[in-house]
Amino acid sequence: MDILSYSAVELATAIKEGKVTAVEAMEAVLARIDAKETDINAYVTIDKDAALKAAKEAQEKIEQGTLTGPLAGVPVAIKDNMCTEGMLTTCSSKILGNFIPTFSAEAVLNLEKAGAVIIGKTNMDEFAMGSTTETSAYGVTRNPWNTEHVPGGSSGGSAAAVAAQECFFALGSDTGGSIRQPASFCGVVGLKPTYGTVSRYGLVAYGSSLDQIGPLTKDVTDCATVMEIIASHDTKDSTSVKREDTDFTSALVEDVKGMKIGIPRDYFGEGLDPEVKAGVLAAAKALEEKGAIVEEFDLSLVEYAIPTYYTIAAAEASSNLERFDGIKYGYRTQGYEGLHNMYKKTRSEGFGPEVKRRIMLGSFVLSSGYYDAYYLKALKVKAMIKKAFDEAFAKYDMILGPVAPTTAPKLGESLSDPLKMYLGDIYTISVNLAGLPGISIPCGKDSKGLPIGLQLIADSFNEKKLIQAAYTYEKIRGDFRIED
Amino acid sequence: MMAKQYETVIGLEVHVELATKTKIFCGCSTAFGGAPNTHTCPVCTGMPGSLPVLNKQVVNYAVAVGLATNCEITQYCKFDRKNYFYPDNPQNYQISQLYLPICRNGHVDIETADGKKSVGIHEIHMEEDAGKLIHDDWEDCSLVDYNRSGVPLIEIVSEPDMRSAEEVIAYLEKLRMTVQYLGASDCKLNEGSMRADVNLSVREVGAKEFGTRTEMKNLNSFRAITRAIENERERQIDLLESGQQVIQETRRWDDTKEYSYAMRSKEDAQDYRYFPDPDLVPVYISDEWLAEIKSRQPEFREEKMARYKEEYDIPEYDIGIITDTKHMADLFEETVAICGQPKKVSNWLMGETLRLLKEKNMDPEDIRFSPENLAKLIGLVDSKAINSSVAKEVFEVLFDKDIDPEKYVEEKGLKTVNDEGALRKTIEDVIAANPQSVEDYHNGKEKAIGFLVGQTMKAMKGKADPGMVNQILKGLL
Repeated sequence: MDILSYSAVELATAIKEGKVTAVEAMEAVLARIDAKETDINAYVTIDKDAALKAAKEAQEKIEQGTLTGPLAGVPVAIKDNMCTEGMLTTCSSKILGNFIPTFSAEAVLNLEKAGAVIIGKTNMDEFAMGSTTETSAYGVTRNPWNTEHVPGGSSGGSAAAVAAQECFFALGSDTGGSIRQPASFCGVVGLKPTYGTVSRYGLVAYGSSLDQIGPLTKDVTDCATVMEIIASHDTKDSTSVKREDTDFTSALVEDVKGMKIGIPRDYFGEGLDPEVKAGVLAAAKALEEKGAIVEEFDLSLVEYAIPTYYTIAAAEASSNLERFDGIKYGYRTQGYEGLHNMYKKTRSEGFGPEVKRRIMLGSFVLSSGYYDAYYLKALKVKAMIKKAFDEAFAKYDMILGPVAPTTAPKLGESLSDPLKMYLGDIYTISVNLAGLPGISIPCGKDSKGLPIGLQLIADSFNEKKLIQAAYTYEKIRGDFRIED
Repeated sequence: MMAKQYETVIGLEVHVELATKTKIFCGCSTAFGGAPNTHTCPVCTGMPGSLPVLNKQVVNYAVAVGLATNCEITQYCKFDRKNYFYPDNPQNYQISQLYLPICRNGHVDIETADGKKSVGIHEIHMEEDAGKLIHDDWEDCSLVDYNRSGVPLIEIVSEPDMRSAEEVIAYLEKLRMTVQYLGASDCKLNEGSMRADVNLSVREVGAKEFGTRTEMKNLNSFRAITRAIENERERQIDLLESGQQVIQETRRWDDTKEYSYAMRSKEDAQDYRYFPDPDLVPVYISDEWLAEIKSRQPEFREEKMARYKEEYDIPEYDIGIITDTKHMADLFEETVAICGQPKKVSNWLMGETLRLLKEKNMDPEDIRFSPENLAKLIGLVDSKAINSSVAKEVFEVLFDKDIDPEKYVEEKGLKTVNDEGALRKTIEDVIAANPQSVEDYHNGKEKAIGFLVGQTMKAMKGKADPGMVNQILKGLL
């Protein structure tokens, strides 16, 4: 069997059994990257020597029996907004073009402890702002299913790297759909955990109250395995939650009998591509046939999610991105006169247009006289959206719907109309506003051959229900990968 | 026409650096004076991806100060971000409290020559300090030191209840004493651990509305505060008298020039875009936590003074001085507990201690000698092991180095010579050597004996009991 076609868990098993070495796996991935990157551009930074050296060290420890973690020796790609000690972390922005962190994100450390070996850093929308990975300062990433199309975003590099077999799994981050939507566009599995489950320490903040790190994987088994590793209570993150139920792999059970699944009518209205609709409803039908109880219901407030999200996320971002000022690290403009001019030029030159748009939007909604009308109101709506979900989860184990209204758009289509791009987040955004877990799993292809994503949403701390249902569906669906 | 009478209206914003060992949102040391950027980490230098975690001791101190100033405690409070760009502020926002400050609606009672008065506390909030900018004239650039970045502060905002510099000083003295008694800060204006900004306006006596106020910064001593208040009052009255208006602005006091200048006006006031910090969870102070803090509140000065009057037979004036700082009061009580002699302990504190503090330009908080060693010194004098002039010499060493007086006296051979034979021998020699004085004495000149005692002490290198010398001398004469 070709090394690259292994899932992360399969590869870990093969390495443990001595069939493959960590070095061979890394070499295979690096060769694949050499072959694919000109087309895909999934990575911002790859340090081949460091990756091979780390793989070699991992292999030695595995042979000595000191490294026994569930992903020992498995190469992983990290989204470029997670700090990696000694390795460039740019957030796909010019302003952090030279930034090398002095510490690694907690989620990255957890992976390294489990034996995973970092290949490099994946491309993304600048500071995770965007849905196509086209706002990156380091070029667009292309969808491995069809390079005329976007991979989605903002974790587009991670999703594309998994789909193109340029890594065995990847980490992404999800503020309004940034794991689930690219997973959907690239035909891989992506999970956004309950807020507080994975430490945000070392994740360069976009919308702090919404950001969560999660896995992008080839299948649900890998997803559960990675989740088990990266979920941790971290005293360095005040919003980190102490959970006892992080044995996610225990939910890899093929059974949905009696599971109550609600389908919100509001998610199947105007704007939804008919092929996506058909694909998602077919998946629902398949689960029903396996014994799930599927019914339609009305989830209120869906239309308020986007304005609420863009108010809160932009407000937080406008403040979070203030530290990028040319003083301490990162890009500083060449010629300037005085401090104020240095700030202005550095930030004008260092940030791209989408980031500037959100900084301005966020500064506006927080400004004196508008705070109550916009920011406070958005917080109130956020609380109401959470309540609407609470009511739904009083009746259902989970909610089923599409991840995005369409399959991956063509390159260049979205940026010309940002409002339209924002509308593409309609099904994913409210999950972040309510702090819920959501999973994206491929459920077929449209007539253009592009993957369609199925989204399952559960109540807080119920990732296991999602994993169980997704795992069951995956068995029904069968293998899903790009035929080279 | 009679000249208009003006009233000064003053409110204070007082920043107090809390005495926690570590910073408010990270584990870095708060120690003053380290080499630049050595007490720093990713959090207090605003590195991407770092996150703040609240130091609970900051809450303990803030609540303790709130309770001591009769505030309502906000049991569900939050931190907000105050956004502004400046290089000493690594995140370009300061974590502070705007919407739900930890304490509100308190008051502090003060007393001046004009009588007693209550000054309202509008609120107390917790926040982080900024770093320090250092201008390098040689290289013509600015450097930043983040050692102070993230040091915890509380800001105590008074109501505009004060009417004179005397009231302001009385209020600050009272605040300082309260905070010091709590051990929450050493409150040193000259080191910046206590900083006061003065909001001042004037209005005609009897006017109902407040005048336009200015905010005065950079006041590093009580003296500077007094002078700045008087100067600003005059400046505002002069403006009004000449038909001009006071502009709402922030001014900076230059104490060497005794003059203030405008830093920024209200028109340039920044919009800080405050909003709740999403990286921190709300602080919930449970009834149990609050009760715990209450139970740890110390005995404050008024209670202490009343108790001293009851328990110790020492003058009221001494009580006032001793209880002026908790450190001195603690020293007094602990020494008395060991030696049981309040009057003598008080004498050492009121006399030699105050003298040396003044001579060395030190504050009572800087006293380093221990109650054990002071008690030992008192014991040595009591047992006549040393005389009082030797005791004073020993005390000076004790004050500087906190030596063990018993060992010190032993090692240096300072013990009073109680051997009557040896003493008698010396006195006989002194008498033989000074026939004129002996004669003067016999001729009724009582003073002459003083000279002979002095000569004896000199010969004994001070190590004799003057009473005993006197007695033997008189016998021999």
